[in-house]
Amino acid sequence: MSLRMARRKMVNLLMFTGTGVCAVVSVLALCFILGYLLWNGGHYLSWSFLTKLPTPVGQPGGGMANAIVGSGKILLIAAVTGIPVGLLAGVYLAEFGGNTMTFMVRYAADLLNGVPSIVTGIFAYTLVVVPFHEFSAVAGGLALGIMMIPIVMRSTEDFLRAVPGTLLEGALAIGASRWRGIATVVVPAAFRGIATGILLSMARVAGETAPLLFTSFNNRYWATGWMQPTASLPVMIFTYAISPYDDWQRQAWAAGFVLLMLVLLINICARALLLRGHPTGR
Amino acid sequence: MGTVNTMAAGSRGPEAAADARSFAARLRNGDEIVHLITLVFAAGVCLIVCLLVFELYRNSSVPRHQFGWDFFVSRTWDPVFDNFGALPFIYGTVVTSALSLLLAIPLGVGGAIFLAEFAQPRLSDLLTFIVELLAAVPSVIFGLLGIFVVVPIMRTTVDPILQKFFGYLPLFSGPIYGVGFLTAGVVLAIMIVPYILSVSREVLLAVPPDQREAALSLGATRWESTWQVVVPYAKTGILGSIFLALARALGETMAVTMVIGNDPKISSSLLAPGYTIAAVIANEFTEATGKLYLQSLIELGLVLFIITVILNGLARLLILATTQRGSIRS
Amino acid sequence: MAYPPPAEGKKPDAAIRFPAGAVAKFQISDLDFYYGPKKVLMDISLAIPEKTITALIGPSGCGKSTFLRTLNRMSETVRHTRMEGQILLDGTDIKTMDLVTLRRQVGMVFQKPNPFPKTIFDNVAYGLRVNGVPRGMTLAEAVEKSLHRAALWDEVKDSLRKSAYALSGGQQQRLCIARALAVNPQVLLLDEPCSALDPIATAKIEDLLLTLKDVCTIVIVTHNMQQAARVSTVTGFFLLGRLIEFNETRILFKTPARKETEDYITGRFG
Repeated sequence: MSLRMARRKMVNLLMFTGTGVCAVVSVLALCFILGYLLWNGGHYLSWSFLTKLPTPVGQPGGGMANAIVGSGKILLIAAVTGIPVGLLAGVYLAEFGGNTMTFMVRYAADLLNGVPSIVTGIFAYTLVVVPFHEFSAVAGGLALGIMMIPIVMRSTEDFLRAVPGTLLEGALAIGASRWRGIATVVVPAAFRGIATGILLSMARVAGETAPLLFTSFNNRYWATGWMQPTASLPVMIFTYAISPYDDWQRQAWAAGFVLLMLVLLINICARALLLRGHPTGR
Repeated sequence: MGTVNTMAAGSRGPEAAADARSFAARLRNGDEIVHLITLVFAAGVCLIVCLLVFELYRNSSVPRHQFGWDFFVSRTWDPVFDNFGALPFIYGTVVTSALSLLLAIPLGVGGAIFLAEFAQPRLSDLLTFIVELLAAVPSVIFGLLGIFVVVPIMRTTVDPILQKFFGYLPLFSGPIYGVGFLTAGVVLAIMIVPYILSVSREVLLAVPPDQREAALSLGATRWESTWQVVVPYAKTGILGSIFLALARALGETMAVTMVIGNDPKISSSLLAPGYTIAAVIANEFTEATGKLYLQSLIELGLVLFIITVILNGLARLLILATTQRGSIRS
Repeated sequence: MAYPPPAEGKKPDAAIRFPAGAVAKFQISDLDFYYGPKKVLMDISLAIPEKTITALIGPSGCGKSTFLRTLNRMSETVRHTRMEGQILLDGTDIKTMDLVTLRRQVGMVFQKPNPFPKTIFDNVAYGLRVNGVPRGMTLAEAVEKSLHRAALWDEVKDSLRKSAYALSGGQQQRLCIARALAVNPQVLLLDEPCSALDPIATAKIEDLLLTLKDVCTIVIVTHNMQQAARVSTVTGFFLLGRLIEFNETRILFKTPARKETEDYITGRFG
């Protein structure tokens, strides 16, 4: 083998190794995060963490039951506001849209998708918190709902478009009206894909902290209604993590553990749903 | 517009009447109604964006009038005397984002090249799946690990070593806190690597196989075909993925807030604490007393919004340009 | 319609002949090839003569392109494939050869012109830059020589710095041939190089191939029988993954030994 060839082979091998290291490092990062959280968070996780209210500083025990319920409430509002808009807008784009309107809606959704989450928080603040003079679960849920819209919309559109046109034609040919064909044939055919999109968008916003800081704010007690400051897991993690108290920091780890498990679980479920699905969903 | 048609139908000629009849028929079928409902929601998406811009603009009028363009060049941030300038935050945002790109680009693009060109398909799919999960980890978790893992490492190991060898440079001088620009850059880099990696991999895989084959059939090695043919072909798309990651880094709030030190100073040292636009909004929004203070923060939000909109637009154009080139050619 | 495969137990050797007096460049024995679980090449044995144009014909999907791609192990770039049997290049098993060296010696031109998105000059120079310029020549000289050999020089000499995409389809294909010739391959494999071209561009490429056969061994896959008859000295006929007949072109077209071949070349097939 000539010297030149040897050198080229050497470079090839070097780059194979080098890029391989890059890939492995990126993957190890996740394994490290998971492992570290499992170790620390799982360690501090207890039954009272899941069922009790936070205790004042210095008093041991206590938990984040209110934050877990609060996160649930905020996510519920996010789903109620975000999913219908995203879903129906997606249906419009895939089945009805004209050129100009389609372009505008897509462009708007792209913009919305790129908005930093903290800016969405400001927006929800001016829309809900200012007029009602109160931090609330509704404001936080609205902020997260707005973030869900573009994700749900794009995935709905993509999966609807992937449904073969012959399906709708088949429905029309037996006398169904267009909307009936869409609602009973096209949407069900794309159901798995759409559900995946919705789940992924939920997973994405479930961990969002920044938009909640000044919309749903925080609360050390149970929030009885929807229009009160409401605790949530991500905000609790933030508050407790930057606090100087060991006790709170341990709670932050436990909360981080719960949050990460929740987010990863939704993610994996969503992907599994898609994989198991028929090719029509793809 | 459908409703206008029905109302006008009676007063126009037979043509309009026929129109109205078919319209009425379609209305009975429900087609028009469903079309209208979905249209309303689609228009709602546009409306939300307009409203968002409007609200940000309206609610930042006071500082805009009071400071004008000085807002962007003043380095004072003094809530006590109601004097607000954005420069330290803009500086911090730019520095941390640049640092994170510097660290993340080699890692992300290198990893993407490995997964798209070198790795066995099964291994590639598995690793990509894991990396995409990494992209789903909430930023507050990165912040948590940042505070308790990255900051101590930086304080006790990385920063002192950098200072020992490069301390003569202003970049690595000054006291060591552990928190600061560099730490924020490192945490941000970990967060954006998955974006660069997974998008770049997609773009590389979209390069037509005949390009690869042509190079290989001329006796190029795998690496030569990748670096001299596939990567140049995909470079605009890779650039797009980097822009996407940059937009992400600029707007990232929680992880940065937790490790940057939150000090509105412009310092030449990367080891010194700083502040970013998103972090100051997160920290001071609920404490902002007085209209000017609050609205200054909102104006910062507006600035952040505009920057990310521009970057996202560019990124999309670039990615589109590469993924479509193959189809235009054939 | 299905064709009966050669009868069991009967050696197909009778129909597979090596031209008298020629030297074998490739010696292929018992070659099988799989895409995943599917066997697409069955029991191929033949010798390809040196400095000759060998044409491979057959209906689409018969495995002729796959066979061609095994000759420089380009088949390995497709995932989930497996090759069994032996291919000797000048007596050396290509499985033991270094992949890069093999492909440098056995060049390839593809069905669709696939120039790189670079200038015309850089396209031809690519192989020279990775493999090194021949002794006693500058890069520019080597590029010019290749373009001359590909009969493209006169058409592009004033636009060497322009993008290769500005060329017509036929010119692009000749550019790809020039690019392959630049590294001085001993063998040139062509996979239906004219299928995307008009008749005039096709004629130019056929002329070019005839001028090249004195210096290299050429193997061309084509579904155009007239083309095979025009340019090749030796022809192989593939059907359903088997090599049915292999002989000198004039013999194979005039007096085919097997009925399948006759049916195919007289157009009674399919």
